[in-house]
Amino acid sequence: MIELEDVTKTYRMGKVEVPALQGVSLSISQGEMVAIVGPSGSGKSTLMNIIGCLDVPNSGSYVLEGEDVSRLSDDRLAEIRNRKIGFIFQTYNLLPRLTALANVELPLLYGNGRDRRRRSLEALERVGLADRVNHRPPELSGGQQQRVGIARALVKNPALLLADEPTGNLDSRSSDEIVGILQDLNREEGLTVVVVTHEPDIAARTQRVIATRDGLVVNDERVKEPHRALGSSREAQDGKR
Amino acid sequence: MNLKTTLVIALSSLGSNKLRAGLTLLGVVIGVAAVISLMAIGRGVQQTITQRIQSLGTNLLFVRPGVTTQGGISGAQGTASTLTLEDAYALKDPVFTPSVVEVAPEISTTGQVVAGRNNTNTRIYGVTPEYQEARNFALSSGRFILPGHLLDHSQVAVLGSAVAEVLFGFRDPVGQVVRINSRQFDVIGVLESKGGGNRFFSLDDQVLVPITTAYYRLASQRTARGGINVQTVNVQLRDVENVDAAIREVATVLRLRHRITREDDFSITSQQETIETLQETTNTFVLFLGAIAGISLLVGGIGIMNIMLVSVTERTREIGIRKAMGAKRRDILFQFVFEATLLSLGGGGAGVLLGLVLSLLLNGRSLLGTPTQTIFSADIAILALGVSAAIGLFFGIYPAMRAAQLHPIEALRYE
Repeated sequence: MIELEDVTKTYRMGKVEVPALQGVSLSISQGEMVAIVGPSGSGKSTLMNIIGCLDVPNSGSYVLEGEDVSRLSDDRLAEIRNRKIGFIFQTYNLLPRLTALANVELPLLYGNGRDRRRRSLEALERVGLADRVNHRPPELSGGQQQRVGIARALVKNPALLLADEPTGNLDSRSSDEIVGILQDLNREEGLTVVVVTHEPDIAARTQRVIATRDGLVVNDERVKEPHRALGSSREAQDGKR
Repeated sequence: MNLKTTLVIALSSLGSNKLRAGLTLLGVVIGVAAVISLMAIGRGVQQTITQRIQSLGTNLLFVRPGVTTQGGISGAQGTASTLTLEDAYALKDPVFTPSVVEVAPEISTTGQVVAGRNNTNTRIYGVTPEYQEARNFALSSGRFILPGHLLDHSQVAVLGSAVAEVLFGFRDPVGQVVRINSRQFDVIGVLESKGGGNRFFSLDDQVLVPITTAYYRLASQRTARGGINVQTVNVQLRDVENVDAAIREVATVLRLRHRITREDDFSITSQQETIETLQETTNTFVLFLGAIAGISLLVGGIGIMNIMLVSVTERTREIGIRKAMGAKRRDILFQFVFEATLLSLGGGGAGVLLGLVLSLLLNGRSLLGTPTQTIFSADIAILALGVSAAIGLFFGIYPAMRAAQLHPIEALRYE
């Protein structure tokens, strides 16, 4: 479903060229739940931007569901994002002025969006927020906000769910819930989920961990037995804080 | 994305910062209200002026004698005594001058008019019975000069309303006696007030007498040919459209009568010309007022642009989110252009209302001592609305383009 072939990406910071990806080849199939891990500066954000069609590679090719998207215009990319990809962000990225419902409706405003209200309500139900539809983000807890974010990502029935540090701003209980929701979506509905994270606990709950370093994939291994809940190491850390 | 959704998005964005939206709106409101009320005043003044001139009759030509030349030095217009009463009557000829309905020659002089212990110095016009219709005079009492008065050189007078008031107060002057330049005249009528004018010239401050009486009893000019000299011939035309044809007809008759081969010894002006000239002048005046108000509208537009630029910067993250969710450049562009246009149109609408209220309040009020009339016209309201919408589009498009061109990743990263 995701086929990356020798992808490179270089950013220009003023006069200095910063190589972010230096030839990444990667293949993720339908229904997989994958974690991309790596220290900051390892290129995992760039990788995720390219997988999410927010950016195009300098060279190499990216085929998403049989469609080469590595040379598309901004507007064509926007269309792909709208149809195929659901984004979940570390900082939720909800519009604070809008209600949960209106936030979830957002992707439906662009592109084909019939039955906006019904579909948004369904999505909110799937993440267990049916009783909070008219609340605005500031009135919701972090975990609830992230669930609105997931509902928004789900509302167009995307092929791919892309989560960038989805639990980075959450306490362990909420993190547990959020990762649980992602796992359920993957297991029960066969959604392809890619999670960018630097927390080993979360990586341990996926089926496959891809490690990046210095713009290259340095490790790609299957997780033998994905955890059902967050491990004890995380709780020990929380205790120390 | 359809228009309705765009509208809803734009409205909710504006609603989220009501004070700012309101203040931005105010700039446009003031601009549009200024345009509308100033144009209303301008048009009111224009109409007042035009009406005053039209009250003199629009379908008139004035024929005046030319200039005298003595030793190469030209005198003032009308100084030559070349136009006679016979010339005037010759202009009413169904064959040569079919456009002419009526001619009304006049001569004028000044005189001391005395009644009992009151007196006034005013202009005395020697006129014919046709004068009443040609110059559009109505009588408030009595009657006008009759043809018989002309034949007899009768010493009868029709008083202007101001003269009547000065000499007789509220009494009816008809049947009373006045002395003009020591000659006794019977008052046979009083003209209805025309209003307007000023202290140097008023249509109400005049006395009309038969033209023959004026010539033989009050003035003392004689022509070489022995006829009665006239100073102006008022020519009433069948309709206003044929002014040019009428001028040609009148000129031809006079040239034949005066055996002119080279330079005319008379001049012809039309009332229509006077009105048109005045209208051109007042149009400039109205436009000038509008332009001044237009500047404030422009300033309002710049205010919109300023706020939209701030808004784009402030909402960079929102733009990033929308783009990540699949918004295309066009969607973002429309959203911001819509916001700007809504601001300016809303301001325009409120401005039209405010302008309407202002011009209604000013209507009939005295402005610098002159009663002012204001005319609120729909065309200006529509124009002002259109212009304010255009201003929103024009000043909104640049910020909107900046928003549309933001890269989603950078926009999402923006703090």
